Amino acid sequence: MHFDLRVRKISDQNQRPKTKDPGSKIVMKLLREILFPLIAVIAAFIVGGIIVLIIGDSPIQTYRLLIGSAFSWPDGIGYTLFYATPLIFTGLAVAVAFRCGLLNIGAEGQLYIGAFATAWVGIKLAGTSAWILLPLCCLVAIVGGAIWGGIPGLLKARFGSHEVINTIMLNFIAVALVSYFTQYHYKVPGDPILQTTTIGPTAHIARLGKFIPGLPERIPLNVAFILAIIACAFVYVLLWKTKWGYEIRATGANPSAAEYGGISIRKQIILAMAISGGLAGMVGINEVLGYRYRYYDGFSANYGFVGIAVALLGRNHPVGVFLAAILFAILLRGGIFVDAYTVHVSKDIVDMLQGIVIVFVAAEAAFRGPIKKFGLMRRAKV
Amino acid sequence: MRQIFTISLLFSTIRLATPLVLAAIGGLYSERSGVINIALEGLMLAGAFAAASITFYAHNSWIGLLAAMVAGAMVAYIIALACIRFKADQVVTGTGINIMFIGLPAVLSGALFLSSGSTPQIPKENLLPTLNHLLPSFLPQWRIITEISIISLFALIFVFITRYVLYRTPFGLRLRAVGENPEAADAAGVSVNRLRYIGVLLSGVFAGIGGAYLSIGQSSLFTRNMTAGRGFIALAALIFGKWRPVQTMLACLLFGFADALTIQLQGVPVSEGFLRSAVFVAGLLVTMFIVYQLSFIRARAVRIGIGLIIGVALGLTIGYFGVRGIGQMELPVQFIQMIPYIVTIIVLAGFIGQSRAPRALGTAYQKER
Repeated sequence: MHFDLRVRKISDQNQRPKTKDPGSKIVMKLLREILFPLIAVIAAFIVGGIIVLIIGDSPIQTYRLLIGSAFSWPDGIGYTLFYATPLIFTGLAVAVAFRCGLLNIGAEGQLYIGAFATAWVGIKLAGTSAWILLPLCCLVAIVGGAIWGGIPGLLKARFGSHEVINTIMLNFIAVALVSYFTQYHYKVPGDPILQTTTIGPTAHIARLGKFIPGLPERIPLNVAFILAIIACAFVYVLLWKTKWGYEIRATGANPSAAEYGGISIRKQIILAMAISGGLAGMVGINEVLGYRYRYYDGFSANYGFVGIAVALLGRNHPVGVFLAAILFAILLRGGIFVDAYTVHVSKDIVDMLQGIVIVFVAAEAAFRGPIKKFGLMRRAKV
Repeated sequence: MRQIFTISLLFSTIRLATPLVLAAIGGLYSERSGVINIALEGLMLAGAFAAASITFYAHNSWIGLLAAMVAGAMVAYIIALACIRFKADQVVTGTGINIMFIGLPAVLSGALFLSSGSTPQIPKENLLPTLNHLLPSFLPQWRIITEISIISLFALIFVFITRYVLYRTPFGLRLRAVGENPEAADAAGVSVNRLRYIGVLLSGVFAGIGGAYLSIGQSSLFTRNMTAGRGFIALAALIFGKWRPVQTMLACLLFGFADALTIQLQGVPVSEGFLRSAVFVAGLLVTMFIVYQLSFIRARAVRIGIGLIIGVALGLTIGYFGVRGIGQMELPVQFIQMIPYIVTIIVLAGFIGQSRAPRALGTAYQKER
C-alpha cells in the first residue's frame, strides 16, 4: 500500500512539466484557494444585482453605496473594523469546529452566554481593580462560551447525537435563559428596554480612538479587534503548530484513521467544540466590555450564523476568516447607506447577499464544470 | 390551575401546532429521502411572504395559498439543485437559505409596499377561512368550528395521507429505500436523485403551506422573520417523532401545547407549592439521569434505585430550601419556552426511546460508474 502510493507520486511528478519554480507553485496554490470563494462572491453579487434591477434600483449605485461606504476615514473604516470583530470571532469558532469535522451552528447561543457571563461578572464585581476585573471578565466570556459549546460536543462524544440539532436547540435555550436573567434579575427597574444595569467602569476596555490619532472615541472600535487578530494567530498556531491541533485536524480529516492512530476522537470532539464555543463567547468582550458596557438582550445580528459564511468563504483558515469577516463587515456598514440613499432597496439586502454567498460557496461544484471547460484549472481539487 | 387548563388552551394548541405539523411533514419527505432539511425556516418564510403579498393583490386567499406552495417549491428546487446536483453540504446550504430569507422578503416588501419588512394588512374576508365557512350555517356554531382554520384540517389529512403514501405505496417504499440505502435502491433500478428531488420539492410545498397559514391564516400580514424559529421546532418534532408521520404530528402537538401554555401562563401567578413541586420533579429527573449514566455500576436496577434515593433527597432539599418565602410569583415564561428544545436534546441523546435517522441522511449520492 505504502509502496504503491510512492510509486504513483513519483510518476505523477514525472508527468508534470517542470517549468515552474516553487515560488509560482505557491502562487498557483493560493490562487486556487482564492478562486472559488471569489467566484462565489461575484456570482452572489450578480444574483443580488439582478434582484435589485427587478426591484427598480440601479445595481451599480447600490453596490457603490454598499461597498464604497466602508472606506472613508475615520468613520467608514472604524465602523467596518468594529463590525468585523464579532464576525472574526464567530468565523474562527465555526472554522475550528469545521476542521474537526463538526458544524457548529450554535455560535449564536455561545456568544449570548459569553456576553451575559461577562456582563454578570462586570456588574457583580464592579469596583474591583481593573487589573483583576478585566482579565476575569474576558476569561468568563471565553469560559461561558466554551461550556455552552462543550455541551453539544459532550453529547456527541457520549451519546453520538448530532451536533447540528443540539447546537440549534442550545441556541434557543441560551436566548431564553439569558433573557430570563436579564428580565427578572439584572434589569434596571422600569427600563422599557431589555438590558442589564451597566458594568463597573473598571471593566471597560479602551476604544482604539485613544491610541490612534484621528480616530474619534465615539467610534466603538475597541481593543477587542486586536484580540480578534490575536485569536486568528492563536487558531493558526493551535491548528497547525501544536499536537492538539494536529489531532483535531486528523479527527476531522478521517475519524477512523485518527482513532487507529491512537487519537481519542471523543476527546477531540469535546475539545474542538469547547474551543469553538470559547471563541464565539469572545464576541461578548467586544459587545459588552468595549461597546455598550452592559448586556443588551438580542444584540447579535445573526453573528453566529454569518460566522458560518465567514468560515466557509475563508476556507476555514484564520487568514481567510479575517478577510471574509472584513468583506461581510463592509456589507454591514454599506447596508445603512443603502437604506438611506436608494429608492427601493433596503439594508436587508445584506442578509440576502450573505445567504446567497453561503449557498454558492457550499455549491462550489456548480462552478467547477465551467472553469474546467475554460481551462483555467488543470487539476480540479477533489 | 383551573384558569390555565381551559378549552381555549386546546384550541390554541391546535392553532399553534398547525404550522409545525405542515413544516414537519414537509421535512419528513425530504429527510426520508436522505436530504437534511434545515431550511424549513426559510421555506416557511418564503411561503408566508408569497401568500401574503399575492393575497393582497389577488384578494383571494386560495390563490395566495397556491402561490405559497409554488414559492416553497421554487426555493426547495434551489436546495435540491445545490445538494443533489452539486453535492453541496446540506446543512450549510440550508443555513444559507435561512439567512437569505430573512433578507429577501424584507427587500421585496420594502420595494413593493414601501414598508420596512412587512406586507400591508389583508382584510379579514380575504384570509383563509375557518371551518364554519365550509359547513352549512344551520349547524351549531361551536368554537371548534369557528376558531379552527381549514388549514388545520388539511394538516391532519396530510398526516394520514403521508402515512399511507410512505408505508403503503411503491413510491413511499422507494423514498424510504433511497434514504436508507441508496446503493441498494439504485441497484434495484430506482433513480435515487429523482426521488430526492421529489422529496425536497414536496418539503418546500408543505413548508410553504405552513408559512401561508402563518401569514394569511393565523395573522393577516407578513412580518419580518415571522416564523420565529418554527422551522427549527418542526425539525425537532420530526426527530422527536422518529421520522414517522403520526408520531411527528403528536410531537408537534406537544410542542404546540408548550407554546400555548407559555402564552396562557404569561402574567399568571403560581403558588410556592407548585413551584416547589416543579423544582422537586426537575431535581429528581436530573439526578436520576446523571446517576443512570454512571456505567461503573453494572446493574441497571441498582443505578435506578440509587438515583431514586439521591434524587428524592436532593429534590426535597433544593425544593424546600431553594424555594422559600416567595409566596406567589409569576412563572418566567422563558422556562416553558425552553421545554421543547430540552426535550429534543434528551430524545436525541437516546433516552425516551432511540430515535434513529434515515441511514443515508446528509450524504450526497454518487452514482457508481
